Amino acid sequence: MKGYLKYFSNKTAWYLLTLVVAVILNFLLPRLTPGNPVATIASKAVAGMTDANAIQKVYEDYTRMFGLDKSMPEQFLLYISNLFKGDLGVSFSYFPREVSDLIGSAIGWTVALQLPAILVGWFLGNLLGAVAAYIKGPVDKVVFPVFLFISNVPAFGMAIIILFVFGIYLKWFPSSGGYGFDLIPALNMKFILSVIRHYQMPFWSIVLTTIGGQAIGMRSMSIYELNADYVKYSRFLGIKDKVIVKYVFRNAMLPQITGLVLSLGTMVGGALVAEMIFSYPGLGTRILNAVTGQDFPVISGCTLIITVGVLLANLILEILYGLIDPRIKTAQQE
Amino acid sequence: MKYQLQLVFKSQKFVTGFVIFAAVFLLILFYPLLVTKNPLEMTGGLFYKPGTYVSVTDAVDTQSYKINKDVVTGKLTKSVTAEEQQLMRDWLLNYCPEVKPEEVSDAKKAYDIIELWLQYYDKTVEMEGATKAVKNQYVRLYDKVENILESEGYIVSRKNAETGEMEEVAAIETKEFVNVKDIPNRVTFPLGTDNFGRDVLTELVAATRTSLKIGLLAGTVATAIGLTLGLLAGYVGGMIDNVITFITNMFTVIPSFIILILIASGLGQAGRGAMLVAVVIGFTSWPWTCRSVRAQTISLRNRDHVNLSKLSGHSLPRIVLTDILPYVASYVVMAYILQIASGILSEAQLSMIGLGPSTNKVATLGLMMNWAMQFQAPLSGAWWAFIPVVLSIAMISFSLNLMNTGLDQVFNPQLRE
Repeated sequence: MKGYLKYFSNKTAWYLLTLVVAVILNFLLPRLTPGNPVATIASKAVAGMTDANAIQKVYEDYTRMFGLDKSMPEQFLLYISNLFKGDLGVSFSYFPREVSDLIGSAIGWTVALQLPAILVGWFLGNLLGAVAAYIKGPVDKVVFPVFLFISNVPAFGMAIIILFVFGIYLKWFPSSGGYGFDLIPALNMKFILSVIRHYQMPFWSIVLTTIGGQAIGMRSMSIYELNADYVKYSRFLGIKDKVIVKYVFRNAMLPQITGLVLSLGTMVGGALVAEMIFSYPGLGTRILNAVTGQDFPVISGCTLIITVGVLLANLILEILYGLIDPRIKTAQQE
Repeated sequence: MKYQLQLVFKSQKFVTGFVIFAAVFLLILFYPLLVTKNPLEMTGGLFYKPGTYVSVTDAVDTQSYKINKDVVTGKLTKSVTAEEQQLMRDWLLNYCPEVKPEEVSDAKKAYDIIELWLQYYDKTVEMEGATKAVKNQYVRLYDKVENILESEGYIVSRKNAETGEMEEVAAIETKEFVNVKDIPNRVTFPLGTDNFGRDVLTELVAATRTSLKIGLLAGTVATAIGLTLGLLAGYVGGMIDNVITFITNMFTVIPSFIILILIASGLGQAGRGAMLVAVVIGFTSWPWTCRSVRAQTISLRNRDHVNLSKLSGHSLPRIVLTDILPYVASYVVMAYILQIASGILSEAQLSMIGLGPSTNKVATLGLMMNWAMQFQAPLSGAWWAFIPVVLSIAMISFSLNLMNTGLDQVFNPQLRE
C-alpha cells in the first residue's frame, strides 16, 4: 500500500504542476499574440461614432474592464485570484452573464455525451481489434482496412455524414439541439425521452470514430503479443486457447490504456467539433458561438475547463493503470 | 537504400496507400492545367445540383429534331408530387367501387398509379363523408393531369422593340429535342456549386492542394522540432533529457487542440494566413514525435558503434548525424507521414470552429466544410457541398496511414504476417 501511495502522490503532484503550466499558457497565449482582442471588440462598439473623444473613452473603458492597463504580473495575479473565486470574467456576447455561468450550463451536456461515448468506443474498439488479431484470415483482411478507413474519417466528417443520413434523409432522429426546442428542461418523461432521442446521433458518431483508431492499435498490439514467447510456451504446454487469449488480452490492454492517456486530448478535441455539428448544447457549441462572436472571455474559459477535464481524466486513468499493472507496484516497493 | 525501397514496395498496404496518394497528387497537379478557371470564381448560385446546365434561350434558337419517344411519362412523374400520388391512392382505396385493392398495391411506380387513377377516376362517383374541399381537390388534380397529357407544347414569342407587340418566334412541340452539343452556352458542375456559387469540383481540387501544403509544412515543422529535441534528449541525457522529457510529457496531456484555439484566436481574423496556421499547427504537434525519437535514441546510445565513435573523438553533431540518425530514419519517415495527416486534420478542425486560415484568396478543405456548415448545407440536402470534402480528407489521411502501416510492417518484423 505504501508503494501505491507514493505512486499516486507522485502522479498527482505532476498533474498539478501540468495544470499550473496550462493555466499560465491559458493566460499568456492570447496576450502574447500580436492581435489585440480588446481593440477588435472596441472597434465594433465604436462603429458609427464620429467623436474622437468618445472613441478614445470607449477604448480606455474596455482596456480598464479587462485590466489591460495594468502590468503583466499584476494582471496574472488578478487572473489567478479570480480563478480561485470561480470568476472567469463576463461574456461579451451575453453581457452581463458570467462566463462561469455559461460554462456551467454547458459542461454537463459535454461530460454526459463524451465520457460514455469515448469509453464505449474504446471498449468496443479494443474488443474488435483483439478478435481481428486472433481470428486472422478473411475477417482480419476485411475488418482491418474498414477500420483503418473509419479511423481516418475525421470526427466532424463522421458526424456530418450521420447527421445527413439519419437526421435529414431518413429523419430517424432530430438533427440538432440537446432536447426538443419546444420543451423546458424539467424532470418529466417527455423531456427525458426527447433528450435520449437527441443523444443518439452525437453519441454514435463519437463511438464510431473512436472504435476505428482503437481497433487498429489493439490489433497490432495483440499480434505482437500472440507472437510472444510466453504464448508459444503456453501452446506447447497445451493450455487452452481460451485461457491464452485472456493472457494476451490483458497484456495488450495495458499499452492501450497508456494510449488512451496520450490520445484523450485529441479525441476530446474531435468530439467537441462533432458536438458543434449537431448544435449539441455543450462546450463545443459554446466555443463555436464564442469564436463567431469574438467572445474572448468565453473562449479562454472553455479552453481552461476542457484542459482541467482532460488532465483530471488522465490522472484517474493513470491511477487505475497503477492498480491494474503489477509492475508499478513492484517498482515502487524496490 | 535500393534494397529497402524494393522491400517497401513489396508491402501490399504501402503500395495501396501510395497509389491512392499518387492519384490524389496527380489530380491536383494536372486538373488545374485542364481546367484553367479561377477555383473561387462564383459562377452559379446557392447550392446548385450537380449536372450540366444549358441556356434556355439557346435551346429555343438551336436547330431541333423530332424524336419519337414517350415524353408524357417523364413529365407526369416529374410534375405530380408525392402527396398528389398519395391522394390518388387514397381515392382508389376509399371511394372507387370498381378497383381491386391488389391493383393499387401492385402499382409501385409513380406512373403506374397515375395511369390507374386516370383509368378509374370519375367525377360523378359519390364520395361519402368527404368535404367539398376534398372533392374539388380531386377535380383540380384531374384537370392538371389532363393538361399535361394534352399539352401541345409552347409558343415562344418575343416583344418587338419598336411596336411593343408580341411576335411569335417559334412553336415548340412536345416531341422536339435539341442536341446538347449544339448549344453554345452550357456549364457543367460535376459536383454542383457551393454556397457562394463556386464549382465544387474545381474548388475541391484547389482546396486539397492548399490543405496538402498546410499538412506538409505542419508536418515538417513538427518533425524537425520533435526530431531535434528527441535526439538531443535521448543522446545527451542528464539534465537536458529531464527538462525535455518534462516539457514533452506535459504537452502530450495538455490537448494540443486547446493550445491551437488559444493561439489562433489570439492571432485575430486578419493575422491568420494559411501558412502561418500551418506553422502554428506544427508547433503544437511535435511532442509525440519527440517522445518516440527519444526512446529509440536511448536504446541506440550504448551500442558498440556509437561507443567506438565516441572513443575516436568524433564531435557530438557528427555522432548524432552519422551513427544515430540513420537508425531512427525509418521511424522518422513514418512519424512524418502521420504528422502530415494529422496536420491536415488539425487545419480542418480549426477551420470548422471558425479559427482556420482567414483568407478569401484560397480555399482549404476545412474552410469548405466550415462554409457548408454555416450555410446549412445538410439541411438543404446539398450533400455535394460537404461529402466530397469529408471523403477527400479521409482518402488522403487513409492513404498516408496505409503507407505508414506498410512501412511499419517492413521495418518492424514482428508485425509481419
